[in-house]
Amino acid sequence: MTFAILRRLGLGLVTMWVVSLLVFASTEILPGDVAESVLGKDAPDEVVAAMRERLGLDRPPLVRYWDWLSGLMVGDLGVSLGSGREITELIDQRIWNTVRLASITAVIAVPLSVFLGLLAAMKAGTILDRSISIGTLCVISVPEFFMAALLVFVFAVQLRWLPALPILRPGQSFLSSLNSLALPIVTLTFAVMAHMTRMTRNAVINVLSSAYIEMALLKGVPNYRIILLHAFPNALSPIINVIALNLAYLIAGVVIVETAFSYPGLARLMVDAVSTRDIPLVQACGMIFCATYVLLNLLADILSILSNPRLRTSQ
Amino acid sequence: MSTGNTDSTISMAPSEESNGKAKTDNLRLTMTAWIAIAILSFWLFVAVFAPLLAPHGEGEMVSMESFKVVEEASFLGTDYLGRDVLSRIIYGARMTLGLALIATLLSFSTGIVLGFVAAISKGWVDQALSRTVDAIMAFPSIMLALIIIGGVGTSLTVVVFTVAMIDATRVYRLSRALALDASVMDYVNVAEARGEGVMWIMLHEILPNTIVPLAAEFGIRYTFAILFISSLSFLGLGVQPPGADWGVMVKENLQGLLYGAPAALLPAFCITTVSVAVNLLVDWFLHRSSTMIPGELME
Repeated sequence: MTFAILRRLGLGLVTMWVVSLLVFASTEILPGDVAESVLGKDAPDEVVAAMRERLGLDRPPLVRYWDWLSGLMVGDLGVSLGSGREITELIDQRIWNTVRLASITAVIAVPLSVFLGLLAAMKAGTILDRSISIGTLCVISVPEFFMAALLVFVFAVQLRWLPALPILRPGQSFLSSLNSLALPIVTLTFAVMAHMTRMTRNAVINVLSSAYIEMALLKGVPNYRIILLHAFPNALSPIINVIALNLAYLIAGVVIVETAFSYPGLARLMVDAVSTRDIPLVQACGMIFCATYVLLNLLADILSILSNPRLRTSQ
Repeated sequence: MSTGNTDSTISMAPSEESNGKAKTDNLRLTMTAWIAIAILSFWLFVAVFAPLLAPHGEGEMVSMESFKVVEEASFLGTDYLGRDVLSRIIYGARMTLGLALIATLLSFSTGIVLGFVAAISKGWVDQALSRTVDAIMAFPSIMLALIIIGGVGTSLTVVVFTVAMIDATRVYRLSRALALDASVMDYVNVAEARGEGVMWIMLHEILPNTIVPLAAEFGIRYTFAILFISSLSFLGLGVQPPGADWGVMVKENLQGLLYGAPAALLPAFCITTVSVAVNLLVDWFLHRSSTMIPGELME
């Protein structure tokens, strides 16, 4: 088992390295360099040269990559082109805003969709299962920004129950911040839940078609016991994978939701950085999000190794 | 469920119908499929004949009033700059559906060719292609798009190629898996023994035998491309104003929601109708045909 986990950790490290390579390479695809593309074609040569020197672009790509990577390792993310401030300083507060939004959503969405998925699998073929199936299919087809716009229109504009834009004040109590975060959280929850519910249902149904379930059924084990004691433990590993995979949808959802609600989070900062071509900031934010994604996948794999007796005992 | 009772399936997912029935009337259209086809033909018509159908120009300001139903504009009223919402939705159909179609066609041609080549040639070609695809798939797709657009800057070409590249990795995985399954079949061995070339085998033996799951995947990828491109436009990184695309229109008119103007909801609703229709059609298609996409490839 230790071997399997160590192997997976090694693979995770390699993935992170490849990701960093690609993030860095994205600015090297273009002919010309960052200084030219940011300043535009009409910029005088001296200005471009000055910027190039300031950013160290006159050095070979490998040296710059090494500097950037070793900076990342020690938490030095570089300087933002737009504001000239340290990137660590810019993202400090925003990263916690995003973590707060994402973690509250995960806490609501994960149990709810696992429950709905189990319910649909237990009642497979009934009206309940079909309505869950149609409902989730519809939610998947709806872009996140439509959900955001619709919820704002109904709950903030028409009914006036909730604030349309989340306003975070320092020293605000948890409950009142929950109130102002309600609409972004509900939007994100919808975005993540649909896939998670469907995949949980499929994972459980997959397990339900195995021989030992038929055996349990034939010897007269009640339905709920089959699901909870026979099927669920075996479906745990695929379900954990489903959850990790869908927390990735959370990353995509966060980008849209933070923009739709003008929420001061990391994703919003990144989108702004992309539109102003603040490349060091884009790379820093991109690395943070991708690292989170790689870590989630790593965590999922390790948890499924731990939850699967066959993987746990072999090696 | 009796075969003649198609009406009762309107409210139910076609996916949950018994397979026994599917075998008997193989390509019979259910009500859901008819509705989906009707919606898609409607949008196709709108997109093709946009300039004839739209009462006003794409960027034409018809009124000084924003978010109002005024005489100068058609019944959907004006947007935040006083442009006609109906006309922009009609032109937007062309932009949104057209761009997504180009991206999907690109991703399919590259994804299928590379996937088949990898499956047939195996060895280092397969390794090189598959590891590259793995590396691209290590990113959440929206992050990859943001990083590329951040590095390269935005334009329609960049957006279409980025979406096509990200999509192509998924198509590659599917077509490689399908071709691997097909390539061990007797008919491929026979073709090889006859001395047919790799290209011939790909076109005449493998493609016809993998076309059903690939066609279903085309639908799934097309909705993905629509949602992806409009999301990028919504973030302000896709289609640039004054061009009309449904994602841009949602972004532009979002403020109007606070004054109770639904101009932002309409284009978002249009996107939803298209993607629901394609999803329903794919669902119907998959359950009416015996070949299925391997579960682990459905995302």
